[in-house]
Amino acid sequence: MHILYAILDFPATKWLFLVLVLVMPLASLLTWAERRQSAMMQDRLGPNRANIGPIKLIGILHFVADALKMIFKEDFIPANVHRGLFALAPVLALAPVLIAFAIIPFGPTIFPHLITQTIDPFTLALQPGAPEFADAIRMQMFSIDFGLIFYFAVLTLANYGGTIAGWASYNKWALLGGLRSSSQMMSYEVAMGLALMGAFVVTGSLEPGWIVAHGANSNLSASNPLNWLWLWQPLGFVLFFTAAIAETKRAPFDIPEGEPEIIGYFVEYSGIRWGMFFLAEFIEIVFISSVIATVFFGGWQVPFLDIDGFRVGGYMDPVTHVSTGGWFRSVPHGLIVAMQFGAFGLKVILLSSFQLLVRWTLPRFRADQLMNLGWKLLLPLSLANIMLTALIKLIYFMVTGN
Amino acid sequence: MSASHDDHGHAEPSSGPVVLSVSDRHPRVRTIQVVRPANADTTLLAATAKGLGITLKHFAKNLFLPLRKVAARSRAGAPDETDKAINLIETVQYPEEKVTYPERFRGLHRLMLRDDGNVRCVACMCCPTVCPAHCITIVPEESDNHGIEKRPAIFEIDELRCVVCGLCVEACPCDAIRMDTGEHAKPVEDRAVAIETKESMMARGIRSIAKQGGEGPSWRDHGDGPPKRDVNR
Repeated sequence: MHILYAILDFPATKWLFLVLVLVMPLASLLTWAERRQSAMMQDRLGPNRANIGPIKLIGILHFVADALKMIFKEDFIPANVHRGLFALAPVLALAPVLIAFAIIPFGPTIFPHLITQTIDPFTLALQPGAPEFADAIRMQMFSIDFGLIFYFAVLTLANYGGTIAGWASYNKWALLGGLRSSSQMMSYEVAMGLALMGAFVVTGSLEPGWIVAHGANSNLSASNPLNWLWLWQPLGFVLFFTAAIAETKRAPFDIPEGEPEIIGYFVEYSGIRWGMFFLAEFIEIVFISSVIATVFFGGWQVPFLDIDGFRVGGYMDPVTHVSTGGWFRSVPHGLIVAMQFGAFGLKVILLSSFQLLVRWTLPRFRADQLMNLGWKLLLPLSLANIMLTALIKLIYFMVTGN
Repeated sequence: MSASHDDHGHAEPSSGPVVLSVSDRHPRVRTIQVVRPANADTTLLAATAKGLGITLKHFAKNLFLPLRKVAARSRAGAPDETDKAINLIETVQYPEEKVTYPERFRGLHRLMLRDDGNVRCVACMCCPTVCPAHCITIVPEESDNHGIEKRPAIFEIDELRCVVCGLCVEACPCDAIRMDTGEHAKPVEDRAVAIETKESMMARGIRSIAKQGGEGPSWRDHGDGPPKRDVNR
């Protein structure tokens, strides 16, 4: 049995679970959901007909049809392309996004021996080495102190996918698309990183798992929605969300693609290679939603659900930092874990849906408007946000002394 | 250039854009300065929020409210958006739901019948003559009935060539061919299947009460308009 727990706690297992259970299904479903949602926003029905025999499922099977189509389409490679880079580019676009999921805490720590019981948080806080807490499975691949920095570093690599695709295609439109993609990513990553620094100042941590488990203020339970960072960093949230949408290269920031003018860096791609760019885009949506859910909306926390059950109006024990008191109703550990998994999935789905809403509402920026927004608005605002947050934090520290 | 033409543009507009310069040769060619209202909110945040609200409202309505009936969806014009509680989707899901076609919709052809069930067509060749697509083939033969000279031995219409103009129906002196079935030409995998034969068109036909061969007095003789009759019998 210990081997089983060790395998379950192995990062690759968790990555496979995350990618196969959450990311890939959600990203493929988004290709259908996007068309369906955009249709409903425009008073149409959208694709609702793909079926296997009588099984129709309101058209969900369209993504199966899409995938089959892309796999069996001709993989056309034009003359004069740089064949090596041409083949490498889709992988470079897709792989970093999947790697970046390593830092996302997608569920609570599971204690396999206590699945049917209610956990006593005081025992957990005072004797974490007790035998019943053994074999804990942490639902985060890598809990590293520089988690959010790691994500920036890795996701920047995805930019090379677009740029190299544009370069390798031996097509001027593709090259233009690749250059636009580079300039856009460069401009917006600055604002995106700085927007998250406000969250860092508030929580004092760049580790997403820590942010989820503790919230903004250690005097409040982390499951309290008022303790999530959307309330403490409203400006940072809006700035990060804007920059993150720009990072996914989708409307209103889709100038690298720019269908009416240039087709974009994947103009020469077809079949499954193009499908990989497409999938990377949708996985980025899921990833951005995961990051926003984790940092700003309490990740896997269910409102008012502590580690031992529902609690409203409790307080934090000053010694052990355990939420206690108030109205309480105990819930078995297994059920809590299930609900928290569900909460994370629901938050990601809602945030992805909101991104689709933005994508199908706003018209595209021009290149100069894009640069203006990035450098002249988002960047100064995110800097101001850091200053303001730090100032408030300093005043708070001087008044209360902690 | 006529004087009347020049007279047109000389009247200066009383109010309008600021005129910076006027061309010497053509006074109507001017450089003007257009004053546009300055956009107060350069970040367009309010406009963005408003737009998101509109699309979200449409999305929520269409997602949660039940679809309207086909007749309401297929009606011309946009639905009344001031009505808060209606689904706004206008899609008609074609094979399952069908819009009622107008009465004069031209569909697949049919051949009308006499009282004894024989074809009304007398193979006069009016319709293949008038047909702009040359899609009608008629091979006439002698009729058994001594009152009628000819009848079609073969009457075929290639629905792939037919342009659905309805001239054959107008040309027919006997009310023998009609296009009022309301059916589309069906998609086929084999071109030969798309050719309608005399039998297939007669299967769709009904008996016509129109008098054939000029029997009886004409309504033109009486001068009180065309007779009232049920043409759809």
